[in-house]
Amino acid sequence: MFTNRYIFTYAAVMVIVVAAILSFAATVLKPYQEKNVRTEKIMDILKSVNIESDKSNAEELYDKYITEELAITPEGEVVSLYKTGSKSFEKGDIRPFDINMKVELSKLEKLKSGKGNEKPVFPLYVCSYENKTYYIIPLRGKGLWGPIWGNISLLDDFKTVYGVTFGHKGETPGLGAEIATSAFQKQFAGKTIFDDSYGFTSVKVVKGGAATLPANEQIHGVDAISGGTITSNSVSEMLKVCLENYVPYIKQHVTN
Amino acid sequence: MKQKEPLFSAKNKKLIFNPLNKENPITVQVLGICSALAVTAKLEPAIVMSISVMAVLALANVIISVMRNTIPPRIRIIVQLVVIAALVILVDQVLKAFAYDVSKQLSVFVGLIITNCILMGRLEAFAMGNKPWPSFLDGLGNAAGYGIILIIIAFFRELLGSGTIFNYPVMEKIGLYSIGYKNNGMMILPPMALITVGIIIWVQRSRNKELIEDK
Repeated sequence: MFTNRYIFTYAAVMVIVVAAILSFAATVLKPYQEKNVRTEKIMDILKSVNIESDKSNAEELYDKYITEELAITPEGEVVSLYKTGSKSFEKGDIRPFDINMKVELSKLEKLKSGKGNEKPVFPLYVCSYENKTYYIIPLRGKGLWGPIWGNISLLDDFKTVYGVTFGHKGETPGLGAEIATSAFQKQFAGKTIFDDSYGFTSVKVVKGGAATLPANEQIHGVDAISGGTITSNSVSEMLKVCLENYVPYIKQHVTN
Repeated sequence: MKQKEPLFSAKNKKLIFNPLNKENPITVQVLGICSALAVTAKLEPAIVMSISVMAVLALANVIISVMRNTIPPRIRIIVQLVVIAALVILVDQVLKAFAYDVSKQLSVFVGLIITNCILMGRLEAFAMGNKPWPSFLDGLGNAAGYGIILIIIAFFRELLGSGTIFNYPVMEKIGLYSIGYKNNGMMILPPMALITVGIIIWVQRSRNKELIEDK
C-alpha cells in the first residue's frame, strides 16, 4: 500500500527529474536549432532573387551576393548600414538581419494607434547578382490560421517586382497554403508596386483574377487562390503594410 | 535456481512479430489513425514519424517497466503521461536541431505522439505488468506495426499523388506523363489515406482468417 506522503514525494521527485532532463536537452540543442532557423531565413532571402541554395552553401552565397543590409525607419531615415563583405557597420549598430519583424510591426501598430512611442526600424537587403542590383524587403503578416511571411525583391528602379517568396505557419493545405507554391509566386514577377508617377499602389491579390481589374491597374494585381480568399487578402494586406514603410526611403532614392 | 529465459525466446519473438500482423495497432486495434492520415502524404515524414514513435514507445515502455513496482496505482496514468510527454519533447527538440526540414513537415504531429493511443495502451496494458526486456520488445513491435502501415500508405500516396518516391520522380522517368498520365491530387488529401487504410485492412483480413469476426 502506498501512503499519501509517498505519492506526493514520488510525484514531486519525478517532475523535478523530468524538468532537469528537459532543460538540459533544450540548452544543449539550442545552438543547433537557432542555426537551422537562421539558415532558413538566409535561404528564403536568396530565393526571392531566384538564387537556389541549400543548407551547406547558404551562408557562403549570402555573403557573396548580399552586399549591404540597411535598417530604415518608416520616415525613410537609414539608422543602420551593415556591410556583409567586411562584416562591419558603416552606420548604427543594429544588424538589420537580426531585426525581428514581428516586434517591429507591433511597434508600428502601437505607434499608429498612439499606444506606444517606440520607433520601428525595418530591414532592407541589397543584393548584387550577375551585375544587377536588387532590393529585398522582408514581409510579415497575419494569415487565416497563423502568421504568414515572405520576402519580395525589387529591381533597381525600386518599382518592379523581381521575385517573391511566401511562407506560412498553418494555412489550409490545398487552399491558403498554395501561397507557398511557385505557381502562385511566379505571378508577382514583373508587377509594379508604384504607378508611373511613383504613387504607392502595392500589389494586390485579386479575387476573380487580375484580368477583372481596369487595364491600367492590371500591372498591380495578381490572381487570388480559389477557396483561399482570406489568405489571399492577407497577402495583399501584408504587402501593403510592409512595403508602405519603405515608400519614403524609396522616394528619396528614385528622385535623386 | 530459476532457469534464465533466452533473450529471443518464442514468447519474446511473438512480442515483436504479432503487432506486425494479427495484433497490428492500426489495422486491427484501429489506434493512432489520426497521425496515420496526417503524415503519410510523403514517404520521408512517414518514416521519420515511425522512427520517432518507435524511440518514444520503446523507451517509455522500458522506463515504465523499470519503475512499475514503485508507481502508486492511484497516479499511474499521470506518471505514464509524464514519461511519454518528456520523451516526445526530447524527440521534437532533437528533430528541430538535426532534421529541421522534416520537423517542419511533421509540425504538430510529433507533439501529438503524446496523445497517440498506442503509447498509453502499451504502457498500461503491457509495461505495467512485465519486465523491462519484454516491454522493450513489445514497444519495438508495436511501433514497427504502426510504422509499417504508415510506410505502406505513404508509398501509395506519394507514388499516385505526387508521382515520386522519396522525391525521385518515378512516374516522369518511366515516361507516363508523356502518354497523358496525371497525378491524382486526391491522394494527397487525408480522405484517401483513410481509404488506403481501409484497403489495407480488407487485404489483411481476407488473407488472415483469424481476423475474420463471427457473425
